[in-house]
Amino acid sequence: MSDIPSDLRYTEEHEYLKAAGDDAVYVVGITDYAQGELGDVVFVELPEAGSSFNRMEVFGTIEAVKAVSDLYCPVDGTVVEVNAALDDDPSLVNSDPYDTGWMIKLRVDDDDEVRGLLTSDGYADHVG
Amino acid sequence: MSEQLERTPLYDRHVAADAKIVPFAGFEMPVQYPTGITAEHRAVREGAGLFDVSHMGEFVVRGPQALELIQHVSVNDAAKMEVGQAQYSAMCLEDGGIIDDLLIYRFRGHYMLVVNASNLAKDWAWIERQSEAFECELEDVSERTGLIALQGPAAREILRPLASIDVDDVKYYRFSEGSVAGAPAVISGTGYTGEDGFELYVDANDAPRVWDALLDEGSGAGLIPVGLGARDSLRLEMGYALYGSDLDEQHTTLEAGLGWVTKLDKGDFVGRDALLAQKEAGVVRRLVAMSLQTRGFPRPGYDVTHGGEVIGKVTSGTVSPSLGIGVAMGYVPTELSKPGTMLQIDVRGRPIEVAVQRAPFYTGGSIKR
Repeated sequence: MSDIPSDLRYTEEHEYLKAAGDDAVYVVGITDYAQGELGDVVFVELPEAGSSFNRMEVFGTIEAVKAVSDLYCPVDGTVVEVNAALDDDPSLVNSDPYDTGWMIKLRVDDDDEVRGLLTSDGYADHVG
Repeated sequence: MSEQLERTPLYDRHVAADAKIVPFAGFEMPVQYPTGITAEHRAVREGAGLFDVSHMGEFVVRGPQALELIQHVSVNDAAKMEVGQAQYSAMCLEDGGIIDDLLIYRFRGHYMLVVNASNLAKDWAWIERQSEAFECELEDVSERTGLIALQGPAAREILRPLASIDVDDVKYYRFSEGSVAGAPAVISGTGYTGEDGFELYVDANDAPRVWDALLDEGSGAGLIPVGLGARDSLRLEMGYALYGSDLDEQHTTLEAGLGWVTKLDKGDFVGRDALLAQKEAGVVRRLVAMSLQTRGFPRPGYDVTHGGEVIGKVTSGTVSPSLGIGVAMGYVPTELSKPGTMLQIDVRGRPIEVAVQRAPFYTGGSIKR
């Protein structure tokens, strides 16, 4: 069974959003389920801080041993920080997806959009 | 696919170890264990890994003209083999296209051919048809043969206390008959990883017992089971070609870098005329090893380009776990196949510089030639 923390929000594309403390800023990464499906992550390509993305726009890619997959921006927003540690150790995405394996911090344009995402129960149903 | 998948005699061990099982060449095979491909790869480079390769096919050839049949279907010169020796070779169609690559073992009274699981039925049909002209008998012993590969710098010391023979007598591409953990075994100094190690042919019924004994003996030396995922990245770091990816019926041994096993002067064999003609006319494309100069993951099927023009495709590619760089193989025009030639691989719309180089990519292996 994969880990699905109850205090996060999720997308059907297997990303999570976690409140970063600061208003309207969320930590974005991929779920434990997603990292398990992908297998060993070889590297992660992330955008520059300051770039803006619309919901469902590709903001990066994950290259794993088995496959490459795009990262979709879960809601409209602007990247305020990227996880530079993934450059040196992309395996953090596998070993610690919800903490040190995060990908970007996103200042969202509209907080209501976040509340419209899946809850942990909804995501658990989604991954079956 | 309604076809029933086969299982190796070690299937239950893989399930018990919580391996991720995938269909491969008609078998349910472990692609990785919970350790993950990268960790399994490292284990083989630094300690040792245990592979179930029982899906491979084994054919026994015996009779007065066994050697003649093998000389007829194989491009290498089996007449040069001594008893106790193994030889890498390939079988070709009349037009020189590769039917399969294989290992040939010379025993005292017979030969054994070891073929890829994905080609087992095709190879059997081919050899059986060719054998009609020769006085010999063929037997497919694949189902009753278990094959376990023990690979890595620690492999020799792990096998030593379990083997009935002195493992140091098993040189590179040589084999001995003895026993492992009490089970009769052919102990072969071969492998597909670039590391020192052995391939152990045992009775299918004994395979689980031998597997358990090896894992038990090797636990202190870091021995872990390794799946097909790491098997692929290990062989790719060495630039070893894989049938179905780098080798196929559309390419000849001369194009595939197997000229060194293609003995055109050994006498007649299937494909020789075509290969001779190709050699005389000049081989126009070659399988090359390419290393990426910047970050990127070259995947099979990606275009290889030169000056903006597509000149080939990636046949195998990965990010080398040992080296941390993208490595790939593919066929390119001969004039662009020299080591040092700069080409590009189109990685999802982005051209990444690659340098053609000599294989292997990884030169730190413990293999003892």
